[in-house]
Amino acid sequence: MRINTPQELVNKIRSCEKCLAQKFSGETGTKALLVCGGLGCISTGAGDIISLLKTKLEEKGLQDKVSVDSVGCFGFCSQGPFIRVYPGETLYRMVKPEDVDRIIEEDVIGGKIIEDLIYIDPKTNQPARTEKDIDFFKKQIKIALYGSGIINPENLDEALGYGSFRAFHKVITTMKSQEVIDEILKSGLRGRGGGGFPTGRKWQFALDQKSDVKYVVCNGDEGDPGAFMDRSILEGNPFAVIEGMMIAGYAIQATAGYFYVRAEYPLAVSRLKKAIALLEEVGLIGDNILGTGFNFRVYVRLGAGAFVCGEETALLNSIEGQRGQPRPRPPFPAVKGLWQKPTIVNNVETLAVVPYVIRNGADDFVKLGTEKSKGTKVFALGGKVNNVGLVEVPMGTTLRELIYDIGGGIPHGKKFKAIQTGGPSGGCLTEKDLDAPIDYDTLIARGSMMGSGGAIVMDEDNCMVDVAKFYMEFICDESCGKCTPCRIGTKRMLEYLQKITEGRASLEDLDALTELAYAVKENSLCGLGQTAANPVLSTMINFRDEYIAHVVDKKCPAHVCKKLMEYYIIPEKCKKCGKCARVCPVSCISGVLGKTPFLIDPLKCIKCGMCYSVCPFDSIIKR
Amino acid sequence: MAKLVNIKIEGKSFQVEEGLTILKAAKKCGFEIPSLCAFNDGKCSLASCRVCLVEVKGARGLVASCAYPVNEGMEISISSARAVKARRSSVELLLSNHSKNCQQCSKNGQCELLHVATITGARDDAYTGELTRTTLDRLAPGIVRDTSKCILCGRCVVRCKEAQGIGILGQEFRGFKTIVAPADNRSFMHSPCIQCGQCINVCPTGALSENSEISAVDKAFTTHKYVIVQTAPAVRAAIGEEFGEKIGTPGTGKMVAALHRLGFYRVFDVNFSADLTIIEEANELLLRMKNGGKLPQLTSCSPGWVNYMEYFYPDIIPHASTCKSPHEMGGAIIKSYFAQKHNLDPKDIFVVSIMPCTAKKYEKTRPENAAVENLPDVDAVLTTRELAKIIKRAGIVWNKLPDEDFDDDLIGEYSGAGVIFGVTGGVMEAALRTAYHALTGKEADIVAFKEVRGLENIKEAELDINGTKVRVAVSHGMKNAKPLLDQIRKGTSPYHFIEIMGCPGGCINGGGQPFVKPVFLPNEDDDILQTYIQKRASVLYSEDERQIVRQSHNNKDVIRLYKDFLGEPCGHKAHELLHTSYVSDRVRFPGK
Repeated sequence: MRINTPQELVNKIRSCEKCLAQKFSGETGTKALLVCGGLGCISTGAGDIISLLKTKLEEKGLQDKVSVDSVGCFGFCSQGPFIRVYPGETLYRMVKPEDVDRIIEEDVIGGKIIEDLIYIDPKTNQPARTEKDIDFFKKQIKIALYGSGIINPENLDEALGYGSFRAFHKVITTMKSQEVIDEILKSGLRGRGGGGFPTGRKWQFALDQKSDVKYVVCNGDEGDPGAFMDRSILEGNPFAVIEGMMIAGYAIQATAGYFYVRAEYPLAVSRLKKAIALLEEVGLIGDNILGTGFNFRVYVRLGAGAFVCGEETALLNSIEGQRGQPRPRPPFPAVKGLWQKPTIVNNVETLAVVPYVIRNGADDFVKLGTEKSKGTKVFALGGKVNNVGLVEVPMGTTLRELIYDIGGGIPHGKKFKAIQTGGPSGGCLTEKDLDAPIDYDTLIARGSMMGSGGAIVMDEDNCMVDVAKFYMEFICDESCGKCTPCRIGTKRMLEYLQKITEGRASLEDLDALTELAYAVKENSLCGLGQTAANPVLSTMINFRDEYIAHVVDKKCPAHVCKKLMEYYIIPEKCKKCGKCARVCPVSCISGVLGKTPFLIDPLKCIKCGMCYSVCPFDSIIKR
Repeated sequence: MAKLVNIKIEGKSFQVEEGLTILKAAKKCGFEIPSLCAFNDGKCSLASCRVCLVEVKGARGLVASCAYPVNEGMEISISSARAVKARRSSVELLLSNHSKNCQQCSKNGQCELLHVATITGARDDAYTGELTRTTLDRLAPGIVRDTSKCILCGRCVVRCKEAQGIGILGQEFRGFKTIVAPADNRSFMHSPCIQCGQCINVCPTGALSENSEISAVDKAFTTHKYVIVQTAPAVRAAIGEEFGEKIGTPGTGKMVAALHRLGFYRVFDVNFSADLTIIEEANELLLRMKNGGKLPQLTSCSPGWVNYMEYFYPDIIPHASTCKSPHEMGGAIIKSYFAQKHNLDPKDIFVVSIMPCTAKKYEKTRPENAAVENLPDVDAVLTTRELAKIIKRAGIVWNKLPDEDFDDDLIGEYSGAGVIFGVTGGVMEAALRTAYHALTGKEADIVAFKEVRGLENIKEAELDINGTKVRVAVSHGMKNAKPLLDQIRKGTSPYHFIEIMGCPGGCINGGGQPFVKPVFLPNEDDDILQTYIQKRASVLYSEDERQIVRQSHNNKDVIRLYKDFLGEPCGHKAHELLHTSYVSDRVRFPGK
């Protein structure tokens, strides 16, 4: 059913809001079960849980009274799968398919809370029934993730009932293009893809260009290892991003928008395409939207496995069907972009925030964050931290709050060593940076960068040289090969790092590596090369002693670098059970069952660590 | 008059046109910033080599001067320590992934990488490590690709697209493994490459070069009694450049003198054969016009163009003239007429053609071009550059050579019409001079056909010759020629006769000609890349003007050849020796 006028949109929004409110309040006697459909939960059984719930409810004839929805990522990934029950917002965690029967019998029908599925706060040992009671969620504010985890992402009515297109309505009925840009400028919104460029200024450049054709491009090629913020936003509330794109299109007077999503995100792509189709059906995308004369069409393009296509000009080349190589700038995309027309390229998270800014006003948005970094940022917190998952915190939150209050600290009693932000383009922040406020400029000043939001926590068992090598391997794999410093320089840097981690390097090599790192940083054509050296430089500055140990002592203090460590069975502790010998893939452990301590042959050992992980008596150490 | 902006370079103030790249602006102000991938006004500028980096006040990081435009108030530092170090670093990285056998490399002495290495002070073994896996493609007679010498500047990728509209080359694979190659890293022989060699002309290193036949020629002197050489018109227009002469200096006399000192049995001019080609082709055209044959007729002397036709337009093959190209005709006549008159066994004759062309190296291998006892009409093709190499190797000092004439032995004479074959429009003009005579019995006014001269993409002329309307067109470079070919395909072509040359500008800009690299030509004007073709063309046009005989049909040796040996133009014997045929399934069987 088409929505033909702004007033019709208002009416539709109002009725959807009422429906959604009823769904969650249960005032009409219904219950709603929201199951986290994030990929982490899906991979641990959420899909089965959803189908079992639906089947069981139908068996009991309750399918009209109890709705089951797969919604976007809740964020608390270490505790999934989740079910949130409405009314009441009870959160069940670590749900297994076997629990479905109980949930239906005891909670849905019986109205009782199932104690053993409730999260226990590790600090107080008390149950925390809802997200409001859980530390992980307390410091978060959902702006980019607004609606994600709450609405069914494939249902336009639910999206409209939870804020979608109110901002678009405001823009299209009461604001001129320049006024939209002024509001975004006032809000201080900066690009969330990593660059942190003021969004309003980018839009202004494009608006100032005279052209009959302009484009908005959404960069969904999230490539940083460990990053899944954009994926979660696209899977959780694609309507928010589309709305942001359309507002951007209105602001710069473009008539078409392209989503460029990496092909490794099939669910995000299908949710996006479905959302676009639903919006086209009602006439909110297309020609003469709401009868205002504004034309805007939205297309989806897939990536093809190249990290470099997250670089905006390589992305544009990719959409054009050319090799995904960056272009020299100037001219910038806002002047000559997609098919040489003025184009703005914005990150998924940036566009998702736009409707919120317009809806609530820039004055409201600037209340959050620091002086130069307004609003919130979504982080994918991973690594050696108890509460791995997806979080959205206001800028200015400290790293300590992120890692300890929200992240729950380092598991197994290990000592914090560093947190890597910005992926292969970023650097390490250490103990001395824990109380620094998270914002664009602070992180850069301290030798890292915000990046797209990946945050990997490392502890005493991580070797920082190995970390630098890992990121350099990634860069070498993903370099497009166009410019000399990145194509050859990163390869040479990797060769140095291999030398260092294999105990073949000298102190002169460390100096040469540093010099080369600066050369790659200064001379590369695009952001990939320009930031490729950051992990190396950052770890060399903060953990120089580890580098020296590898080079001078030929030792890896964290016992990670295979050529510089060995697995050793302590003879006094060995209980001669032979379990290690049985799992060894190269049969290099010898000993007599029950009689002699077992012994690893260091010449044959391939350092796989199997023996280390199976020894029931902790008799094997790394040294 | 473009708007001027004020800039500072090295602290000195200058005024330059707005919008120029820093590289160009600096050149105008007297600074030569080292660069590699930038070429020809930025037409091949990808900003990928990172050698031309300079420091710009206020800019974030260093800036690639080949791509960054100047603006008001810009302050540029070329010699700051940071910029100098950066440029050196880029070159050192390139050297670390580069073949190190400079002595054997065909580009030794003209290698742009070695040049910038010297200028930037690159240290030889600053970085050592793995080398990218090499591909060496020697299958195509015309072009050799050696990726161990490639610096991935991207010039060839752009050039093939720009000159021929084909775009055979592109980057394959990713990161350190990247190489420049035809699709799937196939050989040139297994892709629709026309072997025109335009890519070789822009390559800064020895990654692309012609397949050398110097050793084949050396060997021929031991295996064959009579090694006979013939030179194309375009060679004389440029050969002097290989010896330091300014572009546009005629080199005919010295070239012949050098060849006389290299031990060849006879030194002939392909211009004789060019006249022969004109007689055959003009008669072929008039016959088609009289008997309702396939029109327009297309010239067939450019093997680059013939390759293109066979790959991309096999449906219009019936339009092509069946005439062989001049040097192939020359070879066939040498092994038949010349051999017979001198009582020589054709098997003892080895014909070497000196050509401005790389496609001719392939052309001579075609089985259709073996008219006499199944011997190839031409046995070896050397490019202008290869000729210069063997002249230098023999210790001959170019500027001490006297001017000598080609051998006057049965097939020595040539007309001015033959000379201008080497320029775009030359074949057309030559053919029209003879067609005019055939239709009117009178000689045409020599300036009558000047419309077909020049470098526009497509040149047209409509002539009224004794009541017969003849519409002609001329094009050069396949990208320019494509509209004409599409017209023929659609059946809407209004022309009778079309000259097509494979290389933009004609043979004088062929893939075998001396390289025109401004960085090695300090005595030429800054805009030499825009003017060198015209300069070479003027050598041929002025040689035409100096001739007494200016029409092919007045070439006495040609006349005698027909009278004594061939019989009728386009007759039976002429067809046997001087005509060829084409292959229409090459796109399905490249390399066949």
